[in-house]
Amino acid sequence: MRDDRVKKDRSMLLQKEMIAEHFQRLEDAPRSGEKVVYTFVPGNLTELIRSFGALPLLPEINALQSGMRGKSKAYIAEAEKAGHSADVCTYVKADIGMMMSGNIGPTGTRLPPPDLLLLSYTGCYTFMKWFELLREQYKCPTVFLQIPYQGDGTLLPEHREYVVKQLREDVIPALEAVTGRAYDEGRLRELLALSARAEDDLVAVLHSAKQKPSPIDSYFGGVYYIGPIFSAFRGTPEGVAYYEALREEVEERQALGIGPETPSGRLDDQRFRIVVEGPPNWTSFNEFWQMFSDEGAVVVASTYTKVGGTYDFGFRHDPGDPLGTMADYCGGCYTNHNLPGRIDMLVDYVKQYAADGFLINSVKSCNSFSAGQLLILREVEKRTGIPGGFIESDLVDPRYFSAANIKNRLESYFQMLRERRRGQVAPGSDATAEVTP
Amino acid sequence: MSPPTPTSQAAPRSSAASRQRASIVAWARDRYEDLELGSVREWLAQEPGRKACGYLPVYVPREVIHAAGMLPVGIHGGGSMEIIRGDAWYQSYICHLPRSVVELGLTGRLDCLSAMLFPSTCDVIRNLSGMWQILSPQTWVRYVDLPQVNDPERAVEFWTGELRHILSGLTALTGKVVDDEALWASIAVYNEMRALIEELYAVRRDEPWRVPSEELYLLLRAGEVVPVEEWLVRAREYLEASAADKNRPRDNARVVLTGAFCEQPPLGLIMTIERAGCYIVDDDLLLGNRMIRGPVAQGGDPLVALARALLHQHRTTSVLYEPDPTGKAREIPERVEAARADGVIFAAPSFCDPALLDRPMLRDGAEKAGIPCIAFKYAENTGQFQQFREQAGTFSDSIKLWVGTRAEQGRVERGRTGAGGEP
Repeated sequence: MRDDRVKKDRSMLLQKEMIAEHFQRLEDAPRSGEKVVYTFVPGNLTELIRSFGALPLLPEINALQSGMRGKSKAYIAEAEKAGHSADVCTYVKADIGMMMSGNIGPTGTRLPPPDLLLLSYTGCYTFMKWFELLREQYKCPTVFLQIPYQGDGTLLPEHREYVVKQLREDVIPALEAVTGRAYDEGRLRELLALSARAEDDLVAVLHSAKQKPSPIDSYFGGVYYIGPIFSAFRGTPEGVAYYEALREEVEERQALGIGPETPSGRLDDQRFRIVVEGPPNWTSFNEFWQMFSDEGAVVVASTYTKVGGTYDFGFRHDPGDPLGTMADYCGGCYTNHNLPGRIDMLVDYVKQYAADGFLINSVKSCNSFSAGQLLILREVEKRTGIPGGFIESDLVDPRYFSAANIKNRLESYFQMLRERRRGQVAPGSDATAEVTP
Repeated sequence: MSPPTPTSQAAPRSSAASRQRASIVAWARDRYEDLELGSVREWLAQEPGRKACGYLPVYVPREVIHAAGMLPVGIHGGGSMEIIRGDAWYQSYICHLPRSVVELGLTGRLDCLSAMLFPSTCDVIRNLSGMWQILSPQTWVRYVDLPQVNDPERAVEFWTGELRHILSGLTALTGKVVDDEALWASIAVYNEMRALIEELYAVRRDEPWRVPSEELYLLLRAGEVVPVEEWLVRAREYLEASAADKNRPRDNARVVLTGAFCEQPPLGLIMTIERAGCYIVDDDLLLGNRMIRGPVAQGGDPLVALARALLHQHRTTSVLYEPDPTGKAREIPERVEAARADGVIFAAPSFCDPALLDRPMLRDGAEKAGIPCIAFKYAENTGQFQQFREQAGTFSDSIKLWVGTRAEQGRVERGRTGAGGEP
């Protein structure tokens, strides 16, 4: 990614090496014989995949990386030329376009075709269509794992059992068939134990933002922090080592009372503590971040960093119940929570992290996140008394990132927070009028 | 509620059958246009304690609602109704249906509904279920997660559990004790409805001039808000009247209309397609009515039977996972063949994820099979039909000029063999 404007932390460099090595292994897979399993971030079964010695490959990570590296525009155009609608998810189109353009991945290595498409259908309708589209191209075995939505605010016991049954009777046999290896529960338990260690460290990092000044940015920095655990490295020694290093680095900043590196330099003078809902824009990632950091705004909690697991609310992978814990993990991913649950989570963030403001970045591509966000905005404002802001962009389609418009809205929003702090805007007045659509 | 729409193509006639038919269509149109749900309110007022349950597209098990003693009420948006408050809840890139549903809710038009079901059609409807829990706390809300797994037996088990949840939630509202007999009775009456709808579609397929799309659609829309028993009477009367009061066949192309299973097109758009020279001989409008093919087999546990019917007899649709890798490619050629159609119109609501994400796969299958296709997008409140008229008209002409309609091919074939039949 093009992060040359942000001074790199040690953990970032470590992560870069891990990713490069992983993509190299993926490129080599057709020769090395390692099997490749395509799967998605929310509800990913990385430990299970790796317990069979297979490598996970995550299409939406490729899409976002393509966005950060300035490649997604051409890929999306390619897909739209082939008949994909302008109205639908740009992750899908960036992925399809990349495939049509020779499947050269974001790091410049060739991506192997999947030996198995493992669709863990968690929290996003589009995933189902995405895999049907990929299946048209790759014509490889596909296994589907349905994760029931938490419509009533909880994963019901029978829904958990339904997931466990699918894991045992559908997913594991599919992995056995593709890899030629028998299911090894002992091995899976070992990997899950590694996951739990990394998860502990990640949560310590996320919780560090409660301190003032916050030693992390939990959104723009947060997407780096979640990278390994949300993708290919959960349940690996490399993942454990990364999170130990990251935690150490963050604790060092905590001890020194300093802030995180940002595009505006180290952010020690944190004027606004913000909670953010929604994914970031990837095509102008640093520019977007700088709109915050230039204002002295640090993001202390975000929901996007929970799409691959809500660890900060207590969940840890449990080696004592390998399949049950995977069911709990999948069911608990952020977008699998109903709207009232998402609102509760945001209200909790605002309070726990002593936030000054609450912002929604609403992305065109993702109805799973976006539909209902205007209600979320009102409800969080009502319940916390802090003003909300609303901006619109997209994941990886640069046509939908209007820098001037977004900057203007953010400046107005931070100006309003400043005035409010000075007592010029009475609490309870219609503070959001100028920044909501 | 609707913008000015093209007038009916049926010429005025004065026979008893014609009057009967006109009266049924007028009855259906009244219910279609009534956003206040007057007929639902009348039904509720007829007996103290009655309750109604709303549902969004595409599929919910109406048999269960009926067995629980409630009136199932399809909520299909507000058509061209002016949206004042609903737009404040949705970004510009989200389809129109949820904003009109929210408008209906916030203006009290849905306050006659004690429960609402939100099926897993897409993420917008899914998230609307959570919004409804907040916006309408007095309503019992249930998100209905359709079964999506490869193994039908596992899916049956899951879906049976969901049906039990729905039944238990609804009976908690009505206080009715529902035994197997009551469930079988409800299944039987909806089996009748399914059979009658299939008959209407068969007539439409075989003699499309006899049942204009506009009339069929209005009849089905009425079926979304009136008691099923009342609808069955009216629909049978309509079938009889249409047999005695046929319109003249036209030299139209025969098309399958697909992609319109959730947010419904304006009536004027359906009429425009037909008037531009395309008989719609198959479609996925109000697909929930035809989601299960054929009757639910009697015997055993009624909820298991209902679940089995969905899993083993469902139509292919964007809202259910397609386990067969060749399924998407085959879908349109098979539908075209079954309907003896000449071409396909892909008509999807703007920003409709299910329809638009499926479209490249379906269109690819159609084009590989040499089936002529056109595609467009609409919204439920689309008010201008000229572009659709031109597109559908050109499509019909091109089929007639370059491909030849099935009717023409039939004429040639009959000329060779000397057989009679469909013009």
